[in-house]
Amino acid sequence: MALFEARELHLRFGDRVVLENISLAFEAGCLSGIMGPNGAGKTTCFNVLTGRYRPDRGRVMFDGADITGRSPQAIARLGIARSFQLMNLFDEFTVFENVAIALPQTRKRGADPIGVAYGDAALVAEVHEILDTVGLGERVDQIAKSLPYGERRALEIAVALASRPKLLFLDEPTAGLGSDGRARLAELVHRLKGQVTLVVIEHDMEFLFSLADVISVIHWGQVIAQGSPAELRTNPWVKNSNLGKLA
Amino acid sequence: MRSGHRVPTLTPAMIAIWAAFATVPLWIEHIGLYQYLGVEILIFATYALAYNLVLGHSGLPSFGHGAFFGLGAYGFGLAQFHLVADLWFCLGAAVAAAALGGAIVAAFISHRRGIYYSLLTIAFGQVFWFIAIKSHAITGGEDGLLKIARLPARLGVVSFDLTHNISLFYFVLAVFVAVSLLLWRLVHSPFGRVLKAIKQNETRARFVGYDVWRYKAAVLVLSAGLSGLAGGLFAMAQSSAFPDVMSLHYSGYIVMMTLVGGGLVTFWGPVLGAIVFLLARDVIGAFTTGWMLWFGMLFVALVVYRPEGLGGLFLRPARAKPAAAK
Ligand SMILES: Nc1ncnc2c1ncn2[C@@H]1O[C@H](COP(=O)(O)OP(=O)(O)OP(=O)(O)O)[C@@H](O)[C@H]1O
Ligand SMILES: [Mg+2]
Repeated sequence: MALFEARELHLRFGDRVVLENISLAFEAGCLSGIMGPNGAGKTTCFNVLTGRYRPDRGRVMFDGADITGRSPQAIARLGIARSFQLMNLFDEFTVFENVAIALPQTRKRGADPIGVAYGDAALVAEVHEILDTVGLGERVDQIAKSLPYGERRALEIAVALASRPKLLFLDEPTAGLGSDGRARLAELVHRLKGQVTLVVIEHDMEFLFSLADVISVIHWGQVIAQGSPAELRTNPWVKNSNLGKLA
Repeated sequence: MRSGHRVPTLTPAMIAIWAAFATVPLWIEHIGLYQYLGVEILIFATYALAYNLVLGHSGLPSFGHGAFFGLGAYGFGLAQFHLVADLWFCLGAAVAAAALGGAIVAAFISHRRGIYYSLLTIAFGQVFWFIAIKSHAITGGEDGLLKIARLPARLGVVSFDLTHNISLFYFVLAVFVAVSLLLWRLVHSPFGRVLKAIKQNETRARFVGYDVWRYKAAVLVLSAGLSGLAGGLFAMAQSSAFPDVMSLHYSGYIVMMTLVGGGLVTFWGPVLGAIVFLLARDVIGAFTTGWMLWFGMLFVALVVYRPEGLGGLFLRPARAKPAAAK
């Protein structure tokens, strides 16, 4: 059985149906890709899977448990982390604290009103290790909002990694990056691949086709195709889309 | 916070502020002011620090905090009249009454933020104020609770008489020291850092696993309780408790003190704000009954030109970014 499963999800905003019968399964240790045109419902789907919206119908299963409709914080504590398409950092915090605050150790001590925050050497070392992973080792003491765009994207991932997730959802990690940035991100995602189960929304097909084990194509709130990169190259939607020339 | 950086429990600024206050009774009369003003300033400084826990440190714009201050004042008086006339017990009752009020409000508003949060705090503030005015039999209504005693501070075998303003001043200073130390620790504790994270980005905080509702509720209860402590001291200082401290414009005063002093950028800003506010009331008030007009203009000028408040003037420009923990 897959580590994470969405079964027949439906969601509408008012009378606009945004997700219509979405079923997806993500296997442990794999990188699953999601693609589809703008407005297809990809981000909304992530929002349902991570607890931001409750689906009108359907189930979300993680590690054999039904987590449908649980709060974002409850889902996060189970070991599911996400990054955001539009960046979502603690802007006034340093790079260090953005990661430190997201560590499970910090969260467990969150009710401590007089102790020293981040006083533990092991915690500091762990933050540095995560920042090294995403290539921000040199930036520890900078304020998050002062970072250049590409590094903010990397920090976005570092914050998600800080919760030591079993499953990591990345929403368009390369959005807005130049080719260098993309290459670095591809390299990072490639390194993460062995360590954590990944689900990545991406418009950049080159990125996705080189990294994903399986890809699902979402269009009009439905999964219109699913398969390995090789299988999807022959898919008509992939072929017709402007980046289909890869196939 | 920087990597591996430890914030000391005692800082030079903290000790300087405490020491400076300790000298006040020695000279305040020589500059044409009076001892009671010192007591009032310290009480409002304590209140403003407690208030800034929500406004500056957690980004929760409560505009009805007067309710908690007032609950503390009534709690102190009523405990003294109807339960036990002991200082520690009555101050405890002040804290408990205000914290309970805070818990009730928190239960209804902690899922809100921004303007909706503000509006609800105003509404609740008005409800408490209205109750205080209408329950004549308990609170004395608009006539207030009178003849509240300045109870002696018993510490084991010794007992300090607080009926004189100077001794009361030093007692209130001791409370101020304790509260400021507690709050200083708190804003640098794990709990305080989570509050700061929630202030910046509630959504992200939730998605890294924090139960934002609980934190927002807890901080309001705590801030309310400490505001109630200040309210209890105020009832003792004034020897009475009146509903007007719960009114919307009194709630507005504490917001002004906190903002004028720079509570959004510095930990001690609210203290500076309380000093400036009460001095302005007395000094400008000596010349014109419309002192609030002048203070109001100062407030507007600050909001326009130095939104970080007077406290911001002490910080180097590079550091004068909102961070409320220096
Ligand atoms: N909170 C909301 N209320 C109403 N409509 C929404 C809401 N969120 C998303 N939508 C609509 O749902 C549709 C799907 O949006 P979604 O953001 O999921 O698309 P997407 O596939 O992530 O697109 P993109 O590639 O541009 O990120 C869009 O038409 C969007 O306008
Ligand atoms: Mg999207």
